[in-house]
Amino acid sequence: MSTPAVPTPPKKVNRINLEPAVYRGAKTTLCAGCGHNAISERIIDAFYEMGVEPTRVLKLSGIGCSSKSPAYFMSTAHGFNSVHGRMPSVATGALMANKTMLGIGVSGDGDTGAIGIGQFVHLMRRNLPLIYIVEDNGCYGLTKGQFSPTADLGSTLKNGVVNDLPPIDICALAIELGATFVARSFSGDKKQLLSILKAAISHKGTCMIDVISPCVTFNDHEGSTKSYAYAKDHDEPVNEISFVPFFEDISIEYEEGSATPVRMHDGSTLVLRKLESSHNTTDKVEAIRSLHETVRRGEFATGIIYLQPDSTDFLSLLNLVDEPLATLPEARTRPGKAVLDEIMDRHR
Amino acid sequence: MASSDLLSAPAAVSSPTRVNDFSIQVATVNGSGSQTANLVLLRSIFQMGVPVSGKNLFPSNIAGLPTWYTIRANRHGYIARKKEIDFLVAMNPETAREDVLSLEPGCSVVYDETLKLEQLRTDLQFFPVPFDKIVAEVCPDARLRRLVRNMIYDGVLARLLSIDLAEMDTALTRMMKKKAKALALNLAALQAGFAYASEHFADQPVPLRVERMAETQGLILIEGNAAAALGCLMAGVTVVAWYPITPSSSLCETLIDYLRKYRMDPETGKATFAVVQAEDEIAALGMVVGASWAGARSMTSTSGPGISLMGEFTGLAYYAELPAVIFDVQRVGPSTGLPTRTAQGDIAFAAGLSHGDTKHILLLPSSVSECYTMAVDAFDLAERFQTPIFVMMDLDLGMNTWMAEPFPYPEAPLDRGKVLTPETLQAIGEWGRYKDVDGDGIPYRSLPGQFGPSFFTRGSGHNAKAQYSERTDDYTDNIDRLLRKFNTARGVVPQPEIDLRADAKVGLIAYGTSHWAIVESRDQLRAELGLETSYLRLRAFPFTRDLGAFIDAHDCVYVVEQNRDGQMLGLMRQELSGPRISKLRSVRHYNGLPIDARSITEDIRAHESRKALPPETSPEDAIVGAEEAV
Repeated sequence: MSTPAVPTPPKKVNRINLEPAVYRGAKTTLCAGCGHNAISERIIDAFYEMGVEPTRVLKLSGIGCSSKSPAYFMSTAHGFNSVHGRMPSVATGALMANKTMLGIGVSGDGDTGAIGIGQFVHLMRRNLPLIYIVEDNGCYGLTKGQFSPTADLGSTLKNGVVNDLPPIDICALAIELGATFVARSFSGDKKQLLSILKAAISHKGTCMIDVISPCVTFNDHEGSTKSYAYAKDHDEPVNEISFVPFFEDISIEYEEGSATPVRMHDGSTLVLRKLESSHNTTDKVEAIRSLHETVRRGEFATGIIYLQPDSTDFLSLLNLVDEPLATLPEARTRPGKAVLDEIMDRHR
Repeated sequence: MASSDLLSAPAAVSSPTRVNDFSIQVATVNGSGSQTANLVLLRSIFQMGVPVSGKNLFPSNIAGLPTWYTIRANRHGYIARKKEIDFLVAMNPETAREDVLSLEPGCSVVYDETLKLEQLRTDLQFFPVPFDKIVAEVCPDARLRRLVRNMIYDGVLARLLSIDLAEMDTALTRMMKKKAKALALNLAALQAGFAYASEHFADQPVPLRVERMAETQGLILIEGNAAAALGCLMAGVTVVAWYPITPSSSLCETLIDYLRKYRMDPETGKATFAVVQAEDEIAALGMVVGASWAGARSMTSTSGPGISLMGEFTGLAYYAELPAVIFDVQRVGPSTGLPTRTAQGDIAFAAGLSHGDTKHILLLPSSVSECYTMAVDAFDLAERFQTPIFVMMDLDLGMNTWMAEPFPYPEAPLDRGKVLTPETLQAIGEWGRYKDVDGDGIPYRSLPGQFGPSFFTRGSGHNAKAQYSERTDDYTDNIDRLLRKFNTARGVVPQPEIDLRADAKVGLIAYGTSHWAIVESRDQLRAELGLETSYLRLRAFPFTRDLGAFIDAHDCVYVVEQNRDGQMLGLMRQELSGPRISKLRSVRHYNGLPIDARSITEDIRAHESRKALPPETSPEDAIVGAEEAV
């Protein structure tokens, strides 16, 4: 005799039948209220909504508070917390070894702008297909609040020390260096950050995403320009982002001239409604100009600031075989004896 | 007797002719195109069956500074550098005077007649050659004269040293087969040099001669860097990341040539490899480590300054247990040092590279053959032990041309190490990334995108399950297991080569390129001092049991190396017991030139004569630095 089935509500799953829980990571050990935790949440949402198989993801990071975050999303993905400022090289090696994986790297403003500026420069230049997130709070958290190179001129530490050096605008730098997807957001802007991350998953090339992510412990006071209050007041979106993934059949209506529709590498559609009338997302010079102008007004531009959807990425340049190099069998990697004999003959 | 008689009959001319036992030094200006002439000279002697070696002493400069190329022909097979020069070709006006003054009496000198070197000394044999006049005759185009001028001295030497001109012709043709015009000009210069010497020097016999032998039949000539590159190719390398640095650049450059030629997929025409010229050596090793984490066979090659930059990633790779193959073609340091001179100065640094407790496996090739075989071994060891492997070459080995038997095709299949499979996972039961299942210290790993559970790789403290941990027992368990793994390697790394003589009370220990000078020095010690020696050639670090047994079998053991501080002896002091350490004596050579047999022999002669003194008067020279340390 069977017991009558208890009706259970249908489980919430994404397009590859995975539940949201699969995208979660370990419990965070960062401070309560840290912007980085909100970013981890948006990463979880974006990968769930886009239906990315977590075991096909490589999570990488450098060193610092930000770089702990890969442990807090997608537990079933392999992760690599590498060395300070050098994650780009590890990601480059890993993706060359297995180009079928999707790479996401999490860095911080010190990890990127100070110790890692050299590798950052060359990552942008190479256009390696990697989502590169800078969790940007303008200070070093793990070492108790020293300024980082993205701290604004004149901003203050908790103890009143004034920053007397200009900041590095890593978005402007990334555009200049050749990055093909450059965005800025704020950890408190759920909607915008989620759209940017989903669009990034659809892009083939380096996606440099600078996310203002306040440090509640060391840099959330009056005098800071990376605090929650300051970010809310000075966040100036250059565009409103509508993202339609390739697997959804939705059309977006927009007024001619006010929006730029972009077809992404994977077939998804991105519609950017201009909020800043002079901003042109696909023009390198215009994008840099609008970044500078926003700074001059004392604001910081957010949104997808620059996008070049059809660029050649680094792995394509290498003309690699379709299979991952890591799994090629010996028969395809060790030449036969005839090759050795030929080379030996040349040296006789 | 008239004074002119004295001049016409110098001592050298009356001395017996030496056959196949001399060295030729060619002094030129860097960038003057002398390399072809020098290689033709080397190769033609080699083709005549005579053992030969060539050593290029060059400046850190593109063009304009002095450079010397030394060719040694030796019928006994001694191919180490020889200190004494027997025949000088003085083509560089800037150094000619000093070059001539430093010669031993009786040497022969070929030079540009305008230098008037014959005025400097009366105890040498001088052969003035009008290079400009000859080159103008064979090369009408004045712009090309600089490039063919050097070939004239090859022709002169062929005549004076009885080198078969046909062999030079063959050697030159082989090098220039694709450049018909250049070949014709060079052949003409070669023949013109020969004709000039025939016409003008026929009555001045040189007491040195090349005669055909059969000692080089079937052998190849190759540089160590090319040999190592070939090893990488045969090891199935898939990811290469490098940063240019002398003297290692030609290793990766040669490898790139091989990969482009032999590793394009025949069906798709696509590459089965990836090469990146990185922004620096930090990034180069970062890429290697990232690639090996994702399962690729990856390598980099560098020299000392690059090794300095690689410290942090090496520590990470050791502690997170990631394979990496690193070729260190050693040059003279510290800092920029003498970037175009040779040394074994990175031994101690590489062995413990990184902060914290680390010990790395070093492979110590002494020949081009071992550059090849150890390159293959290095990839297997890196994946077997999941750790960085350093292949410690040096400039002398990497950039100079050496004879060798043709390299063997690797018999063993690639050893990809302990990678988790469904079968191993079932056998293990509860898998942990850093769990010692087999008792050898080597855990099983899973690879991203492939079979098995994921884990988080990190350089911070972790337990057997790869979870973040600051627990003291987790830390010590892990670091002790790494030591166990290192000890397992003792039985697997290339074992030393030992020549044990039953009647020898004295032993010699050496490694790398010092080997060739040791071979010759042992014969000198036997012939000149009546001293029979045993010899142990180290081929890897960690040391094996053989080392202790070898020391036990002798009263006194000389450790010969090419650095100031006796770095390998220092590693022995860390690993050996007191009584064994007390038997060790250090012989060191560190002036940037390849070590020579005479230096070793004289150093040991001095040590041995001091041993004969009563103990109370014997200076305390047992251990390097002992004077300062105690």
